[in-house]
Amino acid sequence: MSAVLAAAPMTGGGEMTTGESVAFWILGPVALAGGLGMIFSRNAVHSALWLVMTMLSLGVLYMVQQAPFLGFTQIIVYTGAIMMLFVFVLMMVGRDASDSVVEVLRGQRLTAAVLGVGLGGLAVAAVAETLTAVGPVGLGIGYGPEARGNVQALGTSIFRDYLLPFELTSALLITAAVGAMVYTFAGRARRQQTSQRERVVERLRGPLTGYGSRSGPGVFATADSVATPALLPDGSVAPASLSQIIESTRRERLDADIADVQSESGPARDVDARALRGGDGAGGSVGSTHDRLEEGTHEATQGATTSSDEPAGEGAR
Amino acid sequence: MSPTIYLLLSALLFAIGAVGVLVRRNAIVVFMCIELMLNAVNLTLVTFSRINGSLGGQIMAFFVMVVAAAEVVVGLSIIMAIFRTRRTTSVDDANLLKY
Repeated sequence: MSAVLAAAPMTGGGEMTTGESVAFWILGPVALAGGLGMIFSRNAVHSALWLVMTMLSLGVLYMVQQAPFLGFTQIIVYTGAIMMLFVFVLMMVGRDASDSVVEVLRGQRLTAAVLGVGLGGLAVAAVAETLTAVGPVGLGIGYGPEARGNVQALGTSIFRDYLLPFELTSALLITAAVGAMVYTFAGRARRQQTSQRERVVERLRGPLTGYGSRSGPGVFATADSVATPALLPDGSVAPASLSQIIESTRRERLDADIADVQSESGPARDVDARALRGGDGAGGSVGSTHDRLEEGTHEATQGATTSSDEPAGEGAR
Repeated sequence: MSPTIYLLLSALLFAIGAVGVLVRRNAIVVFMCIELMLNAVNLTLVTFSRINGSLGGQIMAFFVMVVAAAEVVVGLSIIMAIFRTRRTTSVDDANLLKY
Protein backbone atom coordinates (compact mmCIF):
# COMPACT_ATOMS: atom_id res chain seq x y z
CA MET A 1 0.00 0.00 0.00
CA SER A 2 2.79 2.40 0.80
CA ALA A 3 4.33 1.52 -2.54
CA VAL A 4 1.06 2.46 -4.19
CA LEU A 5 0.97 5.76 -2.39
CA ALA A 6 4.61 6.36 -3.20
CA ALA A 7 3.82 5.84 -6.86
CA ALA A 8 1.60 8.88 -6.76
CA PRO A 9 3.42 12.03 -7.76
CA MET A 10 4.20 13.96 -4.61
CA THR A 11 5.64 17.04 -6.19
CA GLY A 12 3.31 19.01 -8.37
CA GLY A 13 1.52 15.97 -9.67
CA GLY A 14 0.74 16.91 -13.23
CA GLU A 15 2.56 14.34 -15.27
CA MET A 16 2.47 10.61 -14.67
CA THR A 17 5.55 9.15 -13.10
CA THR A 18 6.95 5.79 -14.12
CA GLY A 19 5.46 4.04 -11.10
CA GLU A 20 2.07 5.48 -11.85
CA SER A 21 2.33 4.36 -15.46
CA VAL A 22 3.13 0.83 -14.34
CA ALA A 23 0.17 0.85 -11.95
CA PHE A 24 -2.12 2.16 -14.64
CA TRP A 25 -1.10 -0.33 -17.30
CA ILE A 26 -1.61 -3.19 -14.87
CA LEU A 27 -4.80 -2.05 -13.18
CA GLY A 28 -6.48 -0.48 -16.17
CA PRO A 29 -6.70 -3.74 -18.15
CA VAL A 30 -7.69 -5.52 -14.96
CA ALA A 31 -10.55 -3.08 -14.51
CA LEU A 32 -11.63 -3.49 -18.11
CA ALA A 33 -11.47 -7.27 -17.82
CA GLY A 34 -13.60 -7.06 -14.70
CA GLY A 35 -16.23 -5.01 -16.51
CA LEU A 36 -16.30 -7.35 -19.47
CA GLY A 37 -16.43 -10.39 -17.22
CA MET A 38 -19.33 -8.85 -15.38
CA ILE A 39 -21.52 -8.45 -18.44
CA PHE A 40 -20.50 -11.78 -19.98
CA SER A 41 -20.84 -14.17 -17.06
CA ARG A 42 -24.16 -15.98 -16.79
CA ASN A 43 -24.12 -16.39 -13.06
CA ALA A 44 -25.04 -13.22 -11.19
CA VAL A 45 -22.71 -14.01 -8.30
CA HIS A 46 -19.80 -14.27 -10.72
CA SER A 47 -20.83 -10.90 -12.12
CA ALA A 48 -20.68 -9.44 -8.63
CA LEU A 49 -17.19 -10.83 -8.07
CA TRP A 50 -15.98 -9.45 -11.40
CA LEU A 51 -17.36 -6.07 -10.43
CA VAL A 52 -15.53 -6.27 -7.11
CA MET A 53 -12.31 -6.74 -9.05
CA THR A 54 -13.04 -3.67 -11.15
CA MET A 55 -13.87 -1.59 -8.10
CA LEU A 56 -10.73 -2.62 -6.27
CA SER A 57 -8.63 -1.67 -9.28
CA LEU A 58 -10.36 1.68 -9.49
CA GLY A 59 -9.76 2.27 -5.79
CA VAL A 60 -6.05 1.76 -6.22
CA LEU A 61 -6.11 4.01 -9.27
CA TYR A 62 -7.73 6.73 -7.14
CA MET A 63 -4.89 6.43 -4.64
CA VAL A 64 -2.36 6.69 -7.41
CA GLN A 65 -4.16 9.74 -8.72
CA GLN A 66 -3.67 11.97 -5.69
CA ALA A 67 -6.98 10.94 -4.11
CA PRO A 68 -6.05 8.57 -1.29
CA PHE A 69 -9.16 9.38 0.73
CA LEU A 70 -11.46 8.54 -2.16
CA GLY A 71 -9.44 5.42 -2.85
CA PHE A 72 -9.96 4.08 0.64
CA THR A 73 -13.59 5.18 0.60
CA GLN A 74 -14.04 3.32 -2.66
CA ILE A 75 -12.65 0.13 -1.19
CA ILE A 76 -14.53 0.41 2.09
CA VAL A 77 -17.87 1.70 0.85
CA TYR A 78 -18.13 0.17 -2.60
CA THR A 79 -16.39 -3.15 -2.33
CA GLY A 80 -17.04 -3.50 1.37
CA ALA A 81 -20.59 -2.34 1.87
CA ILE A 82 -22.36 -2.00 -1.45
CA MET A 83 -21.08 -5.16 -3.06
CA MET A 84 -21.71 -7.06 0.15
CA LEU A 85 -25.29 -5.84 -0.07
CA PHE A 86 -25.48 -7.04 -3.66
CA VAL A 87 -24.18 -10.48 -2.78
CA PHE A 88 -26.54 -10.61 0.18
CA VAL A 89 -29.55 -9.88 -2.02
CA LEU A 90 -28.32 -12.41 -4.57
CA MET A 91 -28.15 -15.04 -1.86
CA MET A 92 -31.68 -14.17 -0.75
CA VAL A 93 -32.97 -14.40 -4.29
CA GLY A 94 -31.28 -17.74 -4.74
CA ARG A 95 -30.68 -19.88 -7.81
CA ASP A 96 -33.17 -17.86 -9.76
CA ALA A 97 -30.38 -15.32 -10.15
CA SER A 98 -29.10 -17.04 -13.27
CA ASP A 99 -29.87 -15.03 -16.34
CA SER A 100 -32.15 -16.27 -19.08
CA VAL A 101 -30.80 -16.68 -22.57
CA VAL A 102 -34.10 -15.89 -24.22
CA GLU A 103 -33.93 -12.74 -26.29
CA VAL A 104 -37.24 -10.96 -25.96
CA LEU A 105 -36.54 -8.21 -28.45
CA ARG A 106 -35.11 -9.57 -31.65
CA GLY A 107 -31.58 -8.41 -32.28
CA GLN A 108 -31.36 -6.49 -29.05
CA ARG A 109 -27.98 -7.88 -28.07
CA LEU A 110 -26.43 -7.08 -31.42
CA THR A 111 -27.88 -3.59 -31.39
CA ALA A 112 -26.70 -3.03 -27.84
CA ALA A 113 -23.21 -4.19 -28.72
CA VAL A 114 -23.06 -1.90 -31.75
CA LEU A 115 -24.36 1.03 -29.74
CA GLY A 116 -21.94 0.31 -26.94
CA VAL A 117 -18.97 0.17 -29.26
CA GLY A 118 -20.17 3.38 -30.84
CA LEU A 119 -20.54 5.09 -27.48
CA GLY A 120 -17.13 3.96 -26.33
CA GLY A 121 -15.54 4.94 -29.64
CA LEU A 122 -17.12 8.38 -29.58
CA ALA A 123 -16.11 9.04 -25.98
CA VAL A 124 -12.59 7.84 -26.55
CA ALA A 125 -12.27 9.91 -29.72
CA ALA A 126 -13.56 12.97 -27.92
CA VAL A 127 -11.10 12.51 -25.09
CA ALA A 128 -8.15 11.35 -27.14
CA GLU A 129 -7.30 14.83 -28.31
CA THR A 130 -6.63 15.90 -24.76
CA LEU A 131 -3.88 13.33 -24.48
CA THR A 132 -1.48 15.86 -25.91
CA ALA A 133 -3.37 19.10 -25.90
CA VAL A 134 -3.91 19.52 -22.17
CA GLY A 135 -1.14 20.27 -19.75
CA PRO A 136 -2.23 18.88 -16.40
CA VAL A 137 -1.82 21.10 -13.39
CA GLY A 138 -1.93 18.63 -10.53
CA LEU A 139 -3.08 19.14 -7.00
CA GLY A 140 0.35 20.03 -5.74
CA ILE A 141 2.38 18.82 -2.84
CA GLY A 142 0.32 16.90 -0.32
CA TYR A 143 -2.63 16.62 -2.71
CA GLY A 144 -4.32 19.77 -1.58
CA PRO A 145 -4.32 23.49 -2.07
CA GLU A 146 -2.63 24.25 1.21
CA ALA A 147 -0.28 21.29 1.39
CA ARG A 148 -1.83 19.92 4.54
CA GLY A 149 -2.71 16.57 3.10
CA ASN A 150 -5.56 15.28 1.02
CA VAL A 151 -7.87 14.34 3.88
CA GLN A 152 -7.48 17.66 5.65
CA ALA A 153 -8.01 19.58 2.45
CA LEU A 154 -11.12 17.57 1.60
CA GLY A 155 -12.51 17.96 5.10
CA THR A 156 -11.96 21.68 5.09
CA SER A 157 -13.63 22.04 1.75
CA ILE A 158 -16.60 19.82 2.61
CA PHE A 159 -17.33 21.37 5.98
CA ARG A 160 -16.76 24.95 4.89
CA ASP A 161 -17.57 25.40 1.24
CA TYR A 162 -19.96 22.49 0.74
CA LEU A 163 -21.63 22.38 4.13
CA LEU A 164 -25.20 22.64 2.90
CA PRO A 165 -24.91 19.83 0.33
CA PHE A 166 -23.21 17.72 2.95
CA GLU A 167 -26.10 18.26 5.34
CA LEU A 168 -28.54 17.49 2.57
CA THR A 169 -26.87 14.12 2.08
CA SER A 170 -27.78 13.24 5.65
CA ALA A 171 -31.43 13.87 4.79
CA LEU A 172 -30.96 11.75 1.70
CA LEU A 173 -29.50 8.88 3.69
CA ILE A 174 -32.30 9.03 6.25
CA THR A 175 -34.86 9.01 3.47
CA ALA A 176 -33.17 6.04 1.84
CA ALA A 177 -33.12 4.08 5.08
CA VAL A 178 -36.79 4.79 5.78
CA GLY A 179 -37.70 3.96 2.20
CA ALA A 180 -35.87 0.66 2.37
CA MET A 181 -37.76 -0.25 5.52
CA VAL A 182 -41.09 0.73 3.95
CA TYR A 183 -40.36 -1.43 0.94
CA THR A 184 -39.31 -4.28 3.17
CA PHE A 185 -42.68 -4.32 4.91
CA ALA A 186 -44.74 -3.49 1.83
CA GLY A 187 -46.81 -6.30 0.42
CA ARG A 188 -46.90 -8.11 3.72
CA ALA A 189 -50.44 -8.80 4.85
CA ARG A 190 -51.34 -6.73 7.85
CA ARG A 191 -52.30 -8.96 10.79
CA GLN A 192 -55.57 -8.36 12.43
CA GLN A 193 -55.16 -6.96 15.86
CA THR A 194 -56.24 -9.49 18.47
CA SER A 195 -55.80 -9.45 22.17
CA GLN A 196 -53.98 -12.16 24.03
CA ARG A 197 -57.21 -13.34 25.62
CA GLU A 198 -58.86 -13.78 22.25
CA ARG A 199 -55.93 -15.82 21.02
CA VAL A 200 -56.03 -18.09 24.07
CA VAL A 201 -59.77 -18.64 23.73
CA GLU A 202 -59.38 -19.38 20.06
CA ARG A 203 -56.65 -21.88 20.75
CA LEU A 204 -58.62 -23.71 23.44
CA ARG A 205 -62.08 -23.59 21.91
CA GLY A 206 -61.13 -23.77 18.31
CA PRO A 207 -60.84 -26.81 16.10
CA LEU A 208 -58.45 -29.49 17.14
CA THR A 209 -56.29 -29.14 14.07
CA GLY A 210 -53.16 -27.29 14.92
CA TYR A 211 -53.62 -27.86 18.60
CA GLY A 212 -51.01 -30.05 20.17
CA SER A 213 -48.21 -31.83 18.40
CA ARG A 214 -48.46 -34.28 15.58
CA SER A 215 -46.92 -37.70 15.66
CA GLY A 216 -43.21 -37.79 15.24
CA PRO A 217 -41.59 -39.04 12.08
CA GLY A 218 -41.48 -42.80 11.80
CA VAL A 219 -44.63 -43.34 13.79
CA PHE A 220 -47.19 -45.21 11.76
CA ALA A 221 -50.24 -43.89 13.51
CA THR A 222 -53.64 -43.22 12.06
CA ALA A 223 -54.39 -40.62 14.71
CA ASP A 224 -52.53 -38.58 17.24
CA SER A 225 -55.24 -38.83 19.82
CA VAL A 226 -54.27 -39.90 23.29
CA ALA A 227 -56.95 -42.58 23.02
CA THR A 228 -55.15 -44.28 20.15
CA PRO A 229 -52.44 -46.58 21.37
CA ALA A 230 -49.10 -46.79 19.66
CA LEU A 231 -48.21 -49.99 17.88
CA LEU A 232 -45.04 -51.93 18.35
CA PRO A 233 -43.14 -53.13 15.28
CA ASP A 234 -44.88 -56.51 15.41
CA GLY A 235 -48.28 -54.85 15.35
CA SER A 236 -49.22 -55.34 18.97
CA VAL A 237 -50.30 -52.54 21.22
CA ALA A 238 -47.52 -50.89 23.17
CA PRO A 239 -48.54 -50.99 26.84
CA ALA A 240 -46.53 -47.90 27.72
CA SER A 241 -48.60 -45.79 25.34
CA LEU A 242 -51.92 -46.57 27.00
CA SER A 243 -53.41 -43.71 28.93
CA GLN A 244 -54.09 -44.74 32.49
CA ILE A 245 -57.01 -42.38 32.85
CA ILE A 246 -58.74 -43.54 29.73
CA GLU A 247 -58.06 -47.20 30.35
CA SER A 248 -59.45 -47.05 33.86
CA THR A 249 -62.58 -45.11 33.06
CA ARG A 250 -65.65 -47.24 33.27
CA ARG A 251 -67.63 -47.42 30.12
CA GLU A 252 -70.83 -46.65 31.97
CA ARG A 253 -69.52 -43.25 32.91
CA LEU A 254 -69.38 -42.34 29.28
CA ASP A 255 -72.81 -43.52 28.35
CA ALA A 256 -74.15 -40.03 28.44
CA ASP A 257 -71.41 -38.84 26.09
CA ILE A 258 -71.98 -41.66 23.67
CA ALA A 259 -75.67 -41.00 23.70
CA ASP A 260 -75.00 -37.37 22.97
CA VAL A 261 -72.81 -38.14 20.04
CA GLN A 262 -75.08 -40.75 18.63
CA SER A 263 -78.06 -38.50 18.88
CA GLU A 264 -76.30 -35.76 16.95
CA SER A 265 -74.16 -37.41 14.33
CA GLY A 266 -75.86 -40.69 13.67
CA PRO A 267 -74.32 -44.15 13.98
CA ALA A 268 -71.54 -44.80 16.42
CA ARG A 269 -69.01 -45.90 13.84
CA ASP A 270 -68.41 -42.27 12.94
CA VAL A 271 -67.41 -41.46 16.47
CA ASP A 272 -63.74 -40.83 16.83
CA ALA A 273 -61.64 -39.98 19.82
CA ARG A 274 -62.60 -36.37 19.91
CA ALA A 275 -66.18 -37.36 20.65
CA LEU A 276 -65.07 -37.87 24.22
CA ARG A 277 -65.04 -34.13 24.54
CA GLY A 278 -68.78 -34.03 24.48
CA GLY A 279 -70.41 -31.46 22.30
CA ASP A 280 -68.18 -30.50 19.38
CA GLY A 281 -67.64 -26.78 19.53
CA ALA A 282 -67.82 -23.96 21.96
CA GLY A 283 -70.18 -24.26 24.87
CA GLY A 284 -70.51 -27.99 25.01
CA SER A 285 -73.62 -29.91 25.86
CA VAL A 286 -74.66 -30.66 29.36
CA GLY A 287 -73.50 -34.00 30.60
CA SER A 288 -70.15 -34.08 28.86
CA THR A 289 -67.04 -35.33 30.61
CA HIS A 290 -65.70 -31.84 31.06
CA ASP A 291 -68.83 -30.62 32.76
CA ARG A 292 -68.92 -33.52 35.11
CA LEU A 293 -65.27 -33.04 35.95
CA GLU A 294 -65.96 -29.44 36.75
CA GLU A 295 -68.85 -30.42 38.98
CA GLY A 296 -66.54 -32.47 41.14
CA THR A 297 -68.08 -35.84 40.41
CA HIS A 298 -64.88 -37.41 39.29
CA GLU A 299 -63.89 -39.11 42.55
CA ALA A 300 -64.83 -42.46 41.15
CA THR A 301 -62.66 -41.86 38.12
CA GLN A 302 -59.72 -40.93 40.25
CA GLY A 303 -60.25 -43.92 42.45
CA ALA A 304 -60.40 -46.18 39.47
CA THR A 305 -57.22 -44.66 38.19
CA THR A 306 -55.30 -45.31 41.34
CA SER A 307 -56.66 -48.75 42.11
CA SER A 308 -56.92 -49.87 38.47
CA ASP A 309 -59.33 -52.54 39.35
CA GLU A 310 -60.43 -52.89 35.78
CA PRO A 311 -58.58 -54.84 33.19
CA ALA A 312 -57.03 -52.78 30.46
CA GLY A 313 -58.87 -52.80 27.20
CA GLU A 314 -62.33 -52.68 28.67
CA GLY A 315 -62.30 -48.92 28.93
CA ALA A 316 -63.64 -46.39 26.54
CA ARG A 317 -60.91 -46.90 24.05
CA MET B 1 2.38 10.62 -20.41
CA SER B 2 -0.57 12.77 -19.60
CA PRO B 3 -3.07 11.61 -16.97
CA THR B 4 -5.86 12.11 -19.48
CA ILE B 5 -5.36 8.47 -20.37
CA TYR B 6 -7.49 7.77 -17.33
CA LEU B 7 -10.33 9.41 -19.20
CA LEU B 8 -10.01 6.78 -21.91
CA LEU B 9 -10.25 4.00 -19.36
CA SER B 10 -13.25 5.71 -17.80
CA ALA B 11 -14.99 6.07 -21.17
CA LEU B 12 -14.48 2.39 -21.92
CA LEU B 13 -15.79 1.36 -18.52
CA PHE B 14 -18.84 3.57 -18.98
CA ALA B 15 -19.53 2.02 -22.37
CA ILE B 16 -19.23 -1.47 -20.90
CA GLY B 17 -21.68 -0.54 -18.16
CA ALA B 18 -24.13 0.91 -20.66
CA VAL B 19 -23.99 -2.23 -22.80
CA GLY B 20 -24.56 -4.31 -19.70
CA VAL B 21 -27.67 -2.33 -18.81
CA LEU B 22 -29.02 -2.92 -22.29
CA VAL B 23 -28.13 -6.58 -22.51
CA ARG B 24 -28.58 -8.20 -19.14
CA ARG B 25 -32.00 -9.42 -18.04
CA ASN B 26 -31.40 -9.90 -14.35
CA ALA B 27 -32.40 -6.75 -12.47
CA ILE B 28 -29.59 -7.12 -9.95
CA VAL B 29 -26.96 -7.40 -12.66
CA VAL B 30 -28.46 -4.37 -14.39
CA PHE B 31 -28.03 -2.57 -11.11
CA MET B 32 -24.40 -3.64 -10.92
CA CYS B 33 -23.85 -2.24 -14.41
CA ILE B 34 -25.23 1.08 -13.21
CA GLU B 35 -22.73 0.94 -10.36
CA LEU B 36 -19.98 0.37 -12.89
CA MET B 37 -21.05 3.48 -14.79
CA LEU B 38 -21.04 5.49 -11.57
CA ASN B 39 -17.54 4.27 -10.85
CA ALA B 40 -16.39 5.26 -14.31
CA VAL B 41 -17.76 8.76 -13.80
CA ASN B 42 -16.01 8.91 -10.45
CA LEU B 43 -12.73 8.10 -12.12
CA THR B 44 -13.38 10.90 -14.57
CA LEU B 45 -14.06 13.33 -11.75
CA VAL B 46 -10.90 12.36 -9.91
CA THR B 47 -8.88 12.75 -13.09
CA PHE B 48 -10.41 16.16 -13.77
CA SER B 49 -9.59 17.17 -10.23
CA ARG B 50 -5.98 16.31 -10.84
CA ILE B 51 -5.75 17.89 -14.26
CA ASN B 52 -7.28 21.15 -13.13
CA GLY B 53 -5.48 21.27 -9.82
CA SER B 54 -8.70 21.70 -7.87
CA LEU B 55 -10.28 19.58 -5.15
CA GLY B 56 -13.80 20.14 -6.48
CA GLY B 57 -13.74 16.99 -8.55
CA GLN B 58 -12.83 14.81 -5.60
CA ILE B 59 -15.58 16.36 -3.51
CA MET B 60 -18.06 15.72 -6.30
CA ALA B 61 -16.92 12.12 -6.50
CA PHE B 62 -17.45 11.88 -2.75
CA PHE B 63 -21.03 13.07 -3.11
CA VAL B 64 -21.57 10.66 -5.97
CA MET B 65 -20.52 7.84 -3.65
CA VAL B 66 -23.02 8.96 -1.01
CA VAL B 67 -25.84 9.16 -3.51
CA ALA B 68 -24.85 5.79 -4.97
CA ALA B 69 -25.03 4.19 -1.53
CA ALA B 70 -28.53 5.56 -0.96
CA GLU B 71 -29.56 4.53 -4.46
CA VAL B 72 -28.34 0.98 -3.96
CA VAL B 73 -30.28 0.60 -0.73
CA VAL B 74 -33.56 1.79 -2.22
CA GLY B 75 -33.05 -0.03 -5.53
CA LEU B 76 -32.23 -3.34 -3.95
CA SER B 77 -35.23 -3.12 -1.65
CA ILE B 78 -37.42 -2.42 -4.68
CA ILE B 79 -35.95 -5.47 -6.39
CA MET B 80 -36.62 -7.53 -3.27
CA ALA B 81 -40.22 -6.29 -3.13
CA ILE B 82 -40.71 -7.29 -6.76
CA PHE B 83 -39.07 -10.63 -6.08
CA ARG B 84 -41.36 -11.26 -3.15
CA THR B 85 -44.50 -10.78 -5.20
CA ARG B 86 -43.39 -12.24 -8.53
CA ARG B 87 -40.73 -14.75 -7.43
CA THR B 88 -38.35 -13.52 -10.11
CA THR B 89 -35.79 -10.79 -10.66
CA SER B 90 -35.92 -10.80 -14.43
CA VAL B 91 -36.79 -7.44 -15.89
CA ASP B 92 -38.85 -9.15 -18.57
CA ASP B 93 -41.31 -10.54 -16.08
CA ALA B 94 -41.80 -7.32 -14.17
CA ASN B 95 -43.99 -5.72 -16.79
CA LEU B 96 -46.73 -4.69 -14.39
CA LEU B 97 -46.01 -2.50 -11.44
CA LYS B 98 -48.62 -3.73 -9.02
CA TYR B 99 -49.16 -7.44 -9.55
